Amino acid sequence: MSALLEVEGLVKHYHVRGGGGLFGAPVVLKAVDGVSFAIPAGRTLGLVGESGCGKSTTARLVLGTLARDDGQVMFDGEPVGSVRDARWRSQRRAMQMVYQDPLSALDRRLTVGKQVMEPALVHGLGAAAERHEKALSIMDAVGLSSRFFDRYPHELSGGQRQRVVLARALILSPKLLVCDEPISALDVSIQAQVINLLVDLQEKFSLTYLFISHDLKVVRQVAHEVAVMYLGRVVERGDPEALFHAPAHPYTQALVGAIPTPRTRGRARAALQGDPPSPINTPPGCSFHPRCPRAEARCRSEAPLLRPLDDGRFAACHFPVLSTPAREAA
Amino acid sequence: MTVPLIELKDLTVDFPVGGNWVRALHGVSLTIRRGEALGLVGESGSGKSVTWLAATKLLPAKARIDGEVLLDGKPIQGLTRDQMAGVRGKRVALIFQDPTSSLNPVHRVGTQIAESVRLHRGFDAAAARAEAKRLLDRVHIPSAARRLDDYPHELSGGTNQRVMIAMALAGEPDLLVADEPTTALDVTIQAQILDLLAEMRRETGMALVLISHDLGIVADITDRVAVMYAGRIVEEAPVDALFDDPRHPYTQGLLAALPDVAGPRRRLTAIPGQVPNPAALPPGCAFAPRCPAAISGCVTAIPSLDAVAADRRTACFRAGHATPWEIAA
Repeated sequence: MSALLEVEGLVKHYHVRGGGGLFGAPVVLKAVDGVSFAIPAGRTLGLVGESGCGKSTTARLVLGTLARDDGQVMFDGEPVGSVRDARWRSQRRAMQMVYQDPLSALDRRLTVGKQVMEPALVHGLGAAAERHEKALSIMDAVGLSSRFFDRYPHELSGGQRQRVVLARALILSPKLLVCDEPISALDVSIQAQVINLLVDLQEKFSLTYLFISHDLKVVRQVAHEVAVMYLGRVVERGDPEALFHAPAHPYTQALVGAIPTPRTRGRARAALQGDPPSPINTPPGCSFHPRCPRAEARCRSEAPLLRPLDDGRFAACHFPVLSTPAREAA
Repeated sequence: MTVPLIELKDLTVDFPVGGNWVRALHGVSLTIRRGEALGLVGESGSGKSVTWLAATKLLPAKARIDGEVLLDGKPIQGLTRDQMAGVRGKRVALIFQDPTSSLNPVHRVGTQIAESVRLHRGFDAAAARAEAKRLLDRVHIPSAARRLDDYPHELSGGTNQRVMIAMALAGEPDLLVADEPTTALDVTIQAQILDLLAEMRRETGMALVLISHDLGIVADITDRVAVMYAGRIVEEAPVDALFDDPRHPYTQGLLAALPDVAGPRRRLTAIPGQVPNPAALPPGCAFAPRCPAAISGCVTAIPSLDAVAADRRTACFRAGHATPWEIAA
């Protein structure tokens, strides 16, 4: 099965000033440092990690809205560049982005209907009447009744606005949706509505998702495969059930163990000490070793590569956790 | 029976909106016993923060507050501004969601903690600085002596929240109100802060009110939970009872809508509709339009928060009936 999206060795380094502001020594911030993955058509890859791990930068590199320093992105058999030529524009139609905050992604002065039709207008799709028709059918698909057509974003709730953002993306009939924390700004009862909607839309329109989130609980709900990022690199990748029930990388283990849920209340946590190091001065060897309870001498000198494990998962660790599940399946 | 630490009695809050009064809090009654940890959960606009801002008189003057707040059995309504400032910090300390914006950016963190120590405990400058260092040690900030001279922007979000907790502890309060203390933090840092709050509570015996939209966090470190919806408490129960056997359809719905990392993966049961606008609440029970168990009586009268067992209260005419969310799933 060939993948719709293939990402190989993606790198983005920023040259910034170190401590001391303008007079600091020039240093390299490794935002994304060799990320590879592939998403088959109609599937969802969940990209998780804490702030600063490079997950949002990865999204922008994949879409070609940010120029990469190295690596390759293939979408539907064609390379994705960041030079804004005719191919870049046609690829825009097929790859759409959904952001976290729907209110700032919408224009407050345009009605919902105008905003949903706007992308089709920009890409010159169909006549005015067809666009109107299409907008109504897409709004129906995302669960917005036609009475919202002439409303303004401020008259809508957060969940409804996120539906408008989705409708705007879907009117172009894209193949890939890159969702960056699409439900993080929503209330609990509304989050479930939007998660279910995303799952239904994937089925209905055969969509492929790159789903970025810091919330592992949400990612588990939508993803067919999960990649965990730490300081610009993927440290573990695999089936969500395997990865969340028996994490192989100590960082994944800490991440899963840190999530408080009603089901796991009262259980002691193996809390991870310290803050994540800055992506400017990444530690030598494995970048997780200063916080890792399993670190040995080798981890301090040699960076582990992302290697396949016996069960088909990938982990970048010299001493992956193999047998002990982090938490028993309840 | 001993006098509770704090008692809120029928607390109401109205805000002026475009020439009208809009009620944000519709009579909240809540008791905090000494040393206990109460979780207050609800979605945005449910009134969970307003309850405590009203109780500690931190709402803007234009808000109209009614009802009673008793501290050690004595009403605090009559207190002057100065007396109230003595209650805040010394008796009741508050920490908020975004630690970096709660700290003063132009003062060193050591100075800010020392100020709090001098204010509440009357120490001189040298003693206050020593106490500030001791407090930073207590909240497990590494090399505390050096961190005293750092500015908030030089510290991470997690460390700043530790500084806020150190400042809150400076007055040796009887109650810490933590309003979404970990919402702005990453999950591994959140775990550290939750462990720290639990540890501080064990060591000092202070009571804790944890305000959060996250049921998982509340389940993690509280003894008792109150669920709020549209300005009212709809259910209150000991933590295990609430999560194992929720009685109010809204609580049941919230739990059914919650994704989990453990257990079988299932399609989430979403609560239909949306949280009502406080200026246009539906008649009767505010949850009735979204409630699968609602009957005609639910839209004509407002259910009161009644005891359904020795230590739990529910505001629902249909409490104890079949759990409709499971049928819907």
